[in-house]
Amino acid sequence: MPRKTIVPENTVDELSILDEEGRADAELDPKMDRDSLLKVYQAMVKARTLDDRMITMQRQGQMGTFAPGRGQEAAQIGSVYSLRPTDWFAPSYRSFGAQMWRGWAIDQLMMLWDGYFEGFDLPEGINDLPFSIVIGCHVPLATGVAMAQTCQGTDSVVLTNFGDGASSEGDVSESLNFAAVHNAPIVFICENNGYAISLPFEKQTKIKSIAHRAPAFGMPGMRVDGNDILAMVSATKEAIDRARSGGGPTLIEAVTFRMEMHTTADDPTVYRADNEVARWTARDPISRFEKYLLASGVLDASIKTRIASDVDEEIRLGREKFKQRAKPNAQEVFDYMYAADMPPELKAQKNEYLRKLAARLAGKKLTPV
Amino acid sequence: MPKMNMARALNLALKQNLASDPTVVVMGEDVGVDGGVFRITKGLLEEFGPKRVMDSPLAEAGIIGTAVGMAAAGLKPVAEIQFSGFTYQAFHQIEQNMARLHNRSRGRYKVQMVMRAPYGGGIRAVEHHSESREAYWAHTPGLKVVIPSGPRLARSLLHAAIHDPDPVIFYEPKAIYRAFKEEVPEEPEAFEIGKARVVRVGSDITLIAYGAMIRPTLEAADDLEETHGIRAEVIDLISIWPMDTETLAASVSKTGRAVVVHEGPRSCGIGAEVVARINESAFAHLEAPVARVTGYDIHFPFFQVERFYLPDSEAVVESALEAVNY
Repeated sequence: MPRKTIVPENTVDELSILDEEGRADAELDPKMDRDSLLKVYQAMVKARTLDDRMITMQRQGQMGTFAPGRGQEAAQIGSVYSLRPTDWFAPSYRSFGAQMWRGWAIDQLMMLWDGYFEGFDLPEGINDLPFSIVIGCHVPLATGVAMAQTCQGTDSVVLTNFGDGASSEGDVSESLNFAAVHNAPIVFICENNGYAISLPFEKQTKIKSIAHRAPAFGMPGMRVDGNDILAMVSATKEAIDRARSGGGPTLIEAVTFRMEMHTTADDPTVYRADNEVARWTARDPISRFEKYLLASGVLDASIKTRIASDVDEEIRLGREKFKQRAKPNAQEVFDYMYAADMPPELKAQKNEYLRKLAARLAGKKLTPV
Repeated sequence: MPKMNMARALNLALKQNLASDPTVVVMGEDVGVDGGVFRITKGLLEEFGPKRVMDSPLAEAGIIGTAVGMAAAGLKPVAEIQFSGFTYQAFHQIEQNMARLHNRSRGRYKVQMVMRAPYGGGIRAVEHHSESREAYWAHTPGLKVVIPSGPRLARSLLHAAIHDPDPVIFYEPKAIYRAFKEEVPEEPEAFEIGKARVVRVGSDITLIAYGAMIRPTLEAADDLEETHGIRAEVIDLISIWPMDTETLAASVSKTGRAVVVHEGPRSCGIGAEVVARINESAFAHLEAPVARVTGYDIHFPFFQVERFYLPDSEAVVESALEAVNY
């Protein structure tokens, strides 16, 4: 036949388990145990509370510009839920919930976003990459880490998240292609939160779902309700297990919504209507999960209150620690440039800088050597 | 000692490092079955297999980005970009990750990798196959940039680059891949990154060059001596960054005059940095302004006229005479 329709080898499933009223599809419910459910719930509440607290701090001049993740808690915590500590996580910068789940301390995140380099002292015991601020540019790194696992014969997997905006970057397409060709053990999570700063998803791409790109690159794809923690846990577990058992990469689109501003420097009222935000409020990942937990008896009013106050206390302590640590260290700006001995010209520049620094800190002008 | 050309010497360095260190991997476009378009990786796939010698999809940013990830995971990738003119496709990965990951992670992740790329003119190639933009990388904090000028040095410098714990840009003067042979010892040797080399001793003027420009510069030195009785010292810079200021200063302090030679565009090029360093370290000894014999601030011309663009020995002689007669 001269002309016929050809279909890609891989298909794209859509997955949703919890409805807006918190009712779970009994067959698809991953049936997590009580402790795990409460741990996940607490992590989601913590991520949101930290966002709120840091926005207040930012407005009071006690915090730098940062990117809140309100509304994306299920997408993020669900993504990393099934990772082992020895697996690798390459986060985008809007990843508080996932990073804290992996072991990033609150004071660490505060240090980072308030302009202290020490914020990138990565937690010990886990393999996480520091994020890069340039959109999508961490995704090839994550892919390379995954390719290295194959070379080294480990059973570790890599998970990386990025946004709908990043999906337009060549880095993301190149990564999907490299990962597929090399059958790399990696899970790509596109958190489609509806907006790249001001640009809505329908102007980012003509396709209806980023997951549709998966079969085009030769890997399975899944479009998941990103505000549904059970669906996110199920989908990513399936993808992580596949990667670990040699089945190669997966692209998951987590359909979610950025309920806050892009960063604290942004005013979303300029480009989106209140009723759009209201529509998504009804699909809030935390309240849906809460309804599910209340209906199943895992959560009740007193546990909810206790979790809220535990989270408050944890963040209060984190903030205290941050305040104690938050002293600018201007001495070390040269020190991590090279792993080898510092080249002589850099050593000379460092000495010149330290002299200037000492003089400025003493409120003096430099005296000639 | 076996005699070999630079292409073979580079192949030897890769082969010996693949053999001695299981974490060394080679990757890039056509580096496997094809052995690379300049055959630098010839035979490596057959010897070390596809997990160690990886044919990459045709995507330069993907090659560099994944190589940085591999380095973070403990491998030592040697990534080939087919021509230095294609590195622009990977510019952001070189700047944002290759040069920064060690610093960004506060030392947690080393980026022990090498980006190899043929550079420079003289092979009658199409557009984007002849330029010399090493200055981009020398201007990027976090990288090291080295360029060999012959077979034995190429082998020892690549060996050193693979062993260096930091990311190294390794530019190969493609015009001399097969131009001449040298004796290269079987036993691996490493040329210390950060050092220049005096390749001809003289007393009247210092000529500074690197890569494919070493040969016309040495010819100029011969001509200066034979025709004009001027004894030129020639320095092979080798390490573009870090740059061996000490060797430059010692030579210019002795000769009082200098000419710097490179193929890349003049403005804000490596020559400008050499001039600045001589100014800072040997100003009191200078008898004449330091001259630059370089490419021009234009795009590399189409190959029918490339010989007029490239610095030649006559241009070096003319500049040297001007400096001597200043």
